[in-house]
Amino acid sequence: MTAVHARGVARIHAAFDRARDENRAAFIPFMTAGFPNQQDFPAVADALLAHADVMEVGIPYSDPLGDGPTVQRASEVALAGGTSTRRTLQLIADLRARHDTPIVVMTYVNPIYAVGPREFMRLAAEAGVDGLILPDLPPDQDLEIADLAAEHGMAVTFLIAPTSTPERVELVAGACTGFLYAVSVTGVTGAREGSALGEVPAMLALARQYARVPVAVGFGVKDAATARTVAQLADGVVVGSAFINAIQGGQDVGALAASIAQGCRKD
Amino acid sequence: MTLHLPAYPMPDDRGRYGRFGGRYVPETLIPALDELDRAYQTAKQDPAFLTELDRLLREYVNRPSPLYLAQRLTEHAGGAKIYLKREDFNYTGAHKINNCLAQALLAVRMGKKRVIAETGAGQHGVASATAAALLGLDCVVYMGAEDIRRQELNVFRMRLLGAEVREVTSGTSTLKDATNEAIRDWVTNVRDTFYILGSVVGPHPYPAMVRDFQSVIGEETKWQLQAVEGREVPDAIVACVGGGSNAIGIFAPYAYLPDGERPRLIGTEAAGEGVETGRHAASVAGGRVGVLHGSMMYLLNDDEGQIVPPHSISAGLDYPGIGPEHCLYATTGVAEYVPVTDAQALEGLQLCTRLEGIIPALESAHAIYHALQLAATMRPDQVIVVNLSGRGDKDVAEVARLLRAEQAAEVSA
Ligand SMILES: Cc1ncc(COP(=O)(O)O)c(C=O)c1O
Repeated sequence: MTAVHARGVARIHAAFDRARDENRAAFIPFMTAGFPNQQDFPAVADALLAHADVMEVGIPYSDPLGDGPTVQRASEVALAGGTSTRRTLQLIADLRARHDTPIVVMTYVNPIYAVGPREFMRLAAEAGVDGLILPDLPPDQDLEIADLAAEHGMAVTFLIAPTSTPERVELVAGACTGFLYAVSVTGVTGAREGSALGEVPAMLALARQYARVPVAVGFGVKDAATARTVAQLADGVVVGSAFINAIQGGQDVGALAASIAQGCRKD
Repeated sequence: MTLHLPAYPMPDDRGRYGRFGGRYVPETLIPALDELDRAYQTAKQDPAFLTELDRLLREYVNRPSPLYLAQRLTEHAGGAKIYLKREDFNYTGAHKINNCLAQALLAVRMGKKRVIAETGAGQHGVASATAAALLGLDCVVYMGAEDIRRQELNVFRMRLLGAEVREVTSGTSTLKDATNEAIRDWVTNVRDTFYILGSVVGPHPYPAMVRDFQSVIGEETKWQLQAVEGREVPDAIVACVGGGSNAIGIFAPYAYLPDGERPRLIGTEAAGEGVETGRHAASVAGGRVGVLHGSMMYLLNDDEGQIVPPHSISAGLDYPGIGPEHCLYATTGVAEYVPVTDAQALEGLQLCTRLEGIIPALESAHAIYHALQLAATMRPDQVIVVNLSGRGDKDVAEVARLLRAEQAAEVSA
């Protein structure tokens, strides 16, 4: 891979390196594109990007079966407001004009197939997307998507879960080029009561054996306290539903992001 | 023990039917799907499992279901002989019970104490609740709010059977959303929960496993037809297709016959108000290839990949996709898929009821309507088998409402 082709991979790894040098886990906020509406999304994204090491933007999808009610609702609102796949990529291109922070797109595979994998990758790379997270694509299902992403200079991230066997962890970790995403619980996305992070240490120990990329943990991280617990173990912390809930509750997303980013310090 | 589960050449070892099928699900489920596949492969060779399933199919479900020569429908069409494969005689009223009992037995073998299911018309939910009651399993059924309204009686039956019915209000509040919720439940409770999937859809191994469990329909048809017509193979088989399990159950035992020996296999898709109106559930006629519920298939989705809500008069056909094996049959010409509208299905239902005294499910009525059209173009020495997938009791209230509306429209016109 030439340097130019590895653009997204290099940018993502640099972001993790910087965080590590500062004795932090990388902070990776998630937001659904076009939420709470197309006008206000850029300001929400700016508030998150002010603290983010890597930003995760979701393409709103009608049937997000890996997501809980919070993200699904955000998707429905964004879709009703006219946020399409192509519009999402435009919104990202606009963010790209103001921010250097790596941006990864979270998408189910059907929007990729509908637009056409080659066309989708071309549009995403053009918008400045650095990587893809594919919650319903185990890496052994379709290698074409990962290959095309690489061809367009983007990284791919696949997921492991507490149920993953060592063989699966090895396979999934081997396929990741950006970072490896460890799902903290068996379940869908969403902020949870209490902190159900009991399975994280064992999973991370397994991940460390195989991953040649940084390992981030997500699902259920909702505040500085849960972020702190995760940050002691992982290279990155992903937080999504908590920000959507904050917007719905009229809270200040920037303040929540600042506090969770503080929580990502390793000490 | 007489039961055997047939071995078919599809899917390949990655769970693919050509480009269709596969496993597009969160990684959390992959180990569970592997575990299920192993358990199923062992069970299907195990005489103890097959003997128990065989016993339940005969003594509890009421198999074999009759192959009935529908003389008055035949006369009405004025062509080929029409036989009805009477899955409506099954206990709980539809073909769904064949698959549910088998999966519930598998759940017990795997040591799972809790089963979940999704349901549209409620037939799969009732069958799952029944199997769970029989085998002492906890049962949760996900059902769209809209379907709960349309299928009140089945909701009551499920609750009476001890199942918890969870109302789904996300998305379009119908079968596809109930399926999303069931998958989310499974992702969350995968270690102690068995997901009883109701059709030949979902991630591998479900489409193959459900097909095998429903193949009893076609296997029986072979020897029953041999007894009355002196041949195993009819000229045509017609079955309605939602996800496609009753259709694959009667098609698959014939589908792998060589070209020239295979009967015409015809699946009727729900064309709703007409494929051209966009208000339909015809995935082959009006969809394009996409991924939903873990599988690549023909799917109602727009050019951005968003799922287009389906529409059908019958809750059981109101699904935006069609099983991956059907997709392969459609692209290779092994089977044909024809759209049948709501109005045509209502006509099929009324004809079958008046001429034969059999009230078919609205789903099956789609197949009956098309079989009547087809028979009229064929010779009297030819034979059509229609899969009568279920009885219409669950639909009578909805049909009454629709016919009243139709009459009111006629009066005011
Ligand atoms: C009587 C009947 N027929 C057909 C169907 C559709 O299912 P499938 O397409 O899997 O046969 C249903 C589903 O609820 C049903 O109740």
